[in-house]
Amino acid sequence: MKKVKEHAEAAADFIKDGPRTDWHDDTLWFVREKRDLAAHTLPEWEQLREWASQIKNHTLSNLDEYLKNFEINAQSNGVKIHWAANAAEHNKIVHKIIQDNNIQKIVKSKSMLTEECHLNEYLIQNGISVIDTDLGERIVQLRKEPPSHIVLPAIHLKKQDVSETFHRHLQTEKGNNDPQYLTEAARQHLRNHFVESELAITGVNFAVSETGGFVVCTNEGNADMGANTAKIHIACMGIEKIIPKAEHLSVFLRLLARSATGQPITTYSSHFNKPRPNQQMHIVIVDNGRSRQLGRADFRNSLKCIRCAACFNTCPVYRRSGGHSYHTAVAGPIGSILNPNLDMKANADLPFASTLCGSCSNVCPVKIDIHEQLWKWRQVIADEGYVTTSKKVGMQGMALVFANPKLYRILGSIGRKTMKLFPFLVNNKLNPWYKQRDMPEPPKESFRDWYKKQQK
Amino acid sequence: MSSRAEILSAVSQNKPTLVPLPTIDFNELIRYDDLVAQFKFAVEKIGGEVLFFENEASLFESIRLQQGQNRVINTLQMNDAEKISLSKEHASDLESVHTAYFRGEIGVAENSAIWIDEKAMVNRVLPIICEHLVLVLDKNAIVATMHHAYQKVNVKAVGYGTFIAGPSKTADIEQSLVIGAHGPRSLKVYLIG
Repeated sequence: MKKVKEHAEAAADFIKDGPRTDWHDDTLWFVREKRDLAAHTLPEWEQLREWASQIKNHTLSNLDEYLKNFEINAQSNGVKIHWAANAAEHNKIVHKIIQDNNIQKIVKSKSMLTEECHLNEYLIQNGISVIDTDLGERIVQLRKEPPSHIVLPAIHLKKQDVSETFHRHLQTEKGNNDPQYLTEAARQHLRNHFVESELAITGVNFAVSETGGFVVCTNEGNADMGANTAKIHIACMGIEKIIPKAEHLSVFLRLLARSATGQPITTYSSHFNKPRPNQQMHIVIVDNGRSRQLGRADFRNSLKCIRCAACFNTCPVYRRSGGHSYHTAVAGPIGSILNPNLDMKANADLPFASTLCGSCSNVCPVKIDIHEQLWKWRQVIADEGYVTTSKKVGMQGMALVFANPKLYRILGSIGRKTMKLFPFLVNNKLNPWYKQRDMPEPPKESFRDWYKKQQK
Repeated sequence: MSSRAEILSAVSQNKPTLVPLPTIDFNELIRYDDLVAQFKFAVEKIGGEVLFFENEASLFESIRLQQGQNRVINTLQMNDAEKISLSKEHASDLESVHTAYFRGEIGVAENSAIWIDEKAMVNRVLPIICEHLVLVLDKNAIVATMHHAYQKVNVKAVGYGTFIAGPSKTADIEQSLVIGAHGPRSLKVYLIG
C-alpha cells in the first residue's frame, strides 16, 4: 500500500506552485467574504448561532431517545431503518439492498458519510459502479480523486483541468474552458444517468426526530432528481444528524447556506418523509465512532457540526495546503478534530495542521470550539506517543529551556551572536524555520538586558 | 447484540447530562417593512424573476397565451383524471416538459424560498425536471423568515415537500456561477393580488 503523506509533507508539495497556491487561497477567501456579507444581513446572526449550538447540545444530551423516536416515526412513514455500527457494516447494508433488488444503475448525490465509509470503492470491488451526480463530485470521480472540500469538492481544480477531464471522458471540445459550456455538457451526461437510474443514494443534512423525515440541501437539484426518479432511495446518515423538531430546521437552514457559500438558502431544501407509491425508502443510521466521540467530554461537541465548511474557507492553513493534504474524507479544521477519533495514529498529524488562530471557532455556525479541541488533541496525541521523535525531542528541549531562566539567557545570547556573526548557520536548508521565511534581524540585546539598563 | 442495541447503549452511556432546549424568541428576528419588496429583491438576487398579476383569471389568460409547440404543464388547472395520469409519468416522459406551473404555499421574504408539497407537485420529479419552472404565489402568503414559515407548514403531513429558492445552479467549476445545473434553467414567481 502506498504510504499516505503527512499533512506537512503533502502541503509542501501543494505550495510548490506559488501562483496556484495564491489562487486557491484567494478563491476560498472570496467564499469566506461572501459568508460575512450574508451573516451581516441578519441582526440576529449571533443569536442564531447560539440557538443552533443549544439545540445541538440538547439533542446530544438526549440522543438515544431522539434516535429511537426517529426510528418509530420513520417506520410508520413506511421507511425501512438500518443500523450500522461501523463503515464496513454500512457498506454491507447498502450492497445487500442493491443485490436483493438486482440493481444495475445507481446515482449518488453528495454524502460525506459515504466518503468516510469508502462506499464507492467497496461497491466497485463488488463489481458495482455508482455515478456521483454533484457536478464537483462527478469531476473528481472522473479524475479518480477524492473531493478536496466537503461543500466545493473540486475547488482545487482550475477550469482548464475540468475541460481536459471532460474532453477525455465526455468528449467535449478540446480547450473549451467555458464553465457554462462544461456545466451544460455535464448536465446532458448526467441527465441520462438520472433518467435511467434504478437506485439513488443521498446523504442527510438533518433528520427530524418528531417527523421521522429527513432534509437534503442542494443547489443543483441532483438529490431530488435521483431520489424522485429511482424506485429505491437510500439515505445514509450519521447518528448526530438528528434534530428534535421540524421547527428547528428554521435555525439550521438559515445558518447553513449563509455559512457555506453566502447564499441565503440553498436552491432546494427537500423534506423526504414517505416513499412514493411503489418506491422503497431506506435510511442507514451509522455510528462509526460517533458514540465514542460523544463520550469524550473535551471533543463531543465536534458532533454538532452541520458540514458547512466555513472553517475550511477561513483557515489560513487549509487555504494554503489544499484539502488533499488532510488525507481524509473531511478535511479542514473540523476534519482535524473528527479524524483523530476515527484513527488516532493515522491522523495524528492533523491537529498540528493549524496555527490555532481561532478563526474556525469564530465562524462556526454551531459554535464548536474547534481551535481549543485542536490544541487538546495535540496533548492527547502526545500522551499516547503518536508524535514524531523530532517533534517530541524539540518540545522536550523547549520545555527544558523555558523552565530554566539561566539556560534560556545563555542560549539567547549565543543565538543572537550566531545570527549576527555566522548567519549562514541558520539561513540554510537544514533549518526548517528558514523554509519560505527570512530569519529576523537579531536584536542587539535581549529585552531583559534592555529593561535592566532602563532601571538604572 | 445487534448493532442497533449496541449503538443505542453506547449513546446512552456516553451522552452528557441533559441540557434544555432554547426557546426561539420571535422578537429577536429581523423585521421587514415591506415583505413583498424584500421577497422580490431576494428572488432577483438569486437569478429568479417576479411578475405581478392582479388575479388568477389574468394569470390563466397569460398562461393560455404562452401555450405553443412545447409541452407546458399547468398543474393549477388540472382535473383529477389528468392529475392521476401525470402522477404516473416517469422522468423519461417528463424530460421534454418545457414549462411547468405550480402553486406555492408559502413564500419566505428573507431568502425567497417557496414551500411546495407533493400534492401541488402532482409528480415529485416534475418541478425538478422541467426546463423552466413557474411558481404561483399569493402575495399574502409571504412571511418574513424561515421561523415564520415553519409555523405554517405542516411538515409531518406531507410525504415530500421542498423549499425552492431560485433556478438550479452550480459554481463547482472555479466558483463561476452557472444557472441550470440539473434542474430548471429559470424560475419565475407569479405573485397574485
